[in-house]
Amino acid sequence: MIESVFQLITQYLLQPAVSFVLPVDYQAEGLYVLQTVVKIMAILTPVLVTVAYFTYAERKVIGFIQGRIGPNRVGFFGFSLWGLGQPIADAVKLIVKEIVIPTGSNKTLFVIAPILSLAPSLAAWAVIPFDDTKVLANINAGLLYVLALTSLAVYGVIIAGWASNSKYAFLGAMRSAAQIVAYEIAMGFALVGVLVAAGSLNLGDIVYAQSGSFIHWFWLPLLPLFVVYFISGVAETNRAPFDVAEGESEIVAGFHVEYGGMAFSVFFMAEYANMVLIAVLSAIMFCGGWLSPVQGIVPESFLSTPLIGAVLDEGMHWLLIKTSFFMFLFLWFRATFPRYRYDQIMRLGWKVFIPITIVWLVVIASLVVGQVPPWFDG
Amino acid sequence: MDAIKNYVTSLFLWELLKGLQLTGRYLFKRKITVQYPEEKTPQSHRFRGLHALRRYPNGEERCIACKLCEAVCPAVAITISSEQRDDGSRRTTQYDIDLTKCIFCGFCEESCPVDSIVETRIFEYHGEKRGDLLMTKQRLLEIGDMAEQQIAEDRARDAFYR
Repeated sequence: MIESVFQLITQYLLQPAVSFVLPVDYQAEGLYVLQTVVKIMAILTPVLVTVAYFTYAERKVIGFIQGRIGPNRVGFFGFSLWGLGQPIADAVKLIVKEIVIPTGSNKTLFVIAPILSLAPSLAAWAVIPFDDTKVLANINAGLLYVLALTSLAVYGVIIAGWASNSKYAFLGAMRSAAQIVAYEIAMGFALVGVLVAAGSLNLGDIVYAQSGSFIHWFWLPLLPLFVVYFISGVAETNRAPFDVAEGESEIVAGFHVEYGGMAFSVFFMAEYANMVLIAVLSAIMFCGGWLSPVQGIVPESFLSTPLIGAVLDEGMHWLLIKTSFFMFLFLWFRATFPRYRYDQIMRLGWKVFIPITIVWLVVIASLVVGQVPPWFDG
Repeated sequence: MDAIKNYVTSLFLWELLKGLQLTGRYLFKRKITVQYPEEKTPQSHRFRGLHALRRYPNGEERCIACKLCEAVCPAVAITISSEQRDDGSRRTTQYDIDLTKCIFCGFCEESCPVDSIVETRIFEYHGEKRGDLLMTKQRLLEIGDMAEQQIAEDRARDAFYR
């Protein structure tokens, strides 16, 4: 369905526009550029809507866990609709607010920092395979690209803390930098485990390497790495219980104290976009991406029945379900765990996670060499 | 032995999983939020809200300007001046309560020998300009006249304990 809509857009919107504006020699390139822009929009619009409603979901879920009901007033056209208008109202408020740039700050860096923290987490979506055909850039080093971009986000935090010229912002930035660097290593090693198991850096190939039912997915042979990866992901995004970089009870709001209005909301969006990204990556690398959990369990004939078959068969909806589950885990963690002490965070990162990942790398390498079924016998 | 057990349980995140289980159960429990303007929590008859000055049933104001409330007020929010009325009784000419100073401790009500100054159950009020929260004798008497029935009921319910 998405393909046919894309074809229609190409045929009736992009092709006439290209042939109207560009000389004949450049029309093919122009069309390609426009098509890519349309694809980028088709990916980023849902991502940004998800980010907006993730903030709503967070308030709702944490409210529910605490025996409250969360935001339920702002709606549309006089209907409160369980508060579904809340993210939009928040966005409007933040857009209208003034952005205060402190006098002592480095203005260029102060403005660049929020963009630098949001851009990588959106750019990483380029290599995310939503389906066996739906991927913007099917590059071979997809995993490396994702690792590089998720590490880039730390620069936004450091630059924001530095440019603000405020001690609290600086403290937050320093904490966050040390924490992200520490967990980067464990996360990288966990991804090396995935790489060894899948034998490829291409995210699509990684998903294909997991085909079979849900016991063929990498979460089982790579269970320690999976846990380490997700916890490192929580730490990377500076979420509770690793949110010492914000630590509102200690250093106000950490690296973004001096930011207000839209500049703050870009940081906010970056944090949530990173969480969605970590969730979708966990789903792809450890839980079989778009693959169906009942593949190979229910008979093939069952998958061709009209309605149930479409649901049970592999497809984008499985990726969405898995991603939503991991996104929910972020909220669940935040509602459950108290904040780690700073030295405990460092101990966990350096002295627990890195040894675990290295040990399991040896284990997984021997499993792969020994071609142990049911995962590595193909 | 304990150290080993401790090491293993912390490695497998046992206590964290128990915590998650607890919060997961609370996710589905009944919510206790009271949606304020539509729903309200029950109020005690000893609720200490907006002040009022009461009158006797014959319309005579109760206050005899003894100034006990002014003396006891810990926030110095009450200002009273008095003079002798033509019939020889002592009455207030000024009875001001600065609600921005008041801490709603209820000492004025406790100290009053004639149950004149009372705190009512009214708590939904606001001031829109400077001076709106400076209650004068006239406004306090108006509140008393308006809420007299409720005030009398609440005093009667509490009389047994006094």
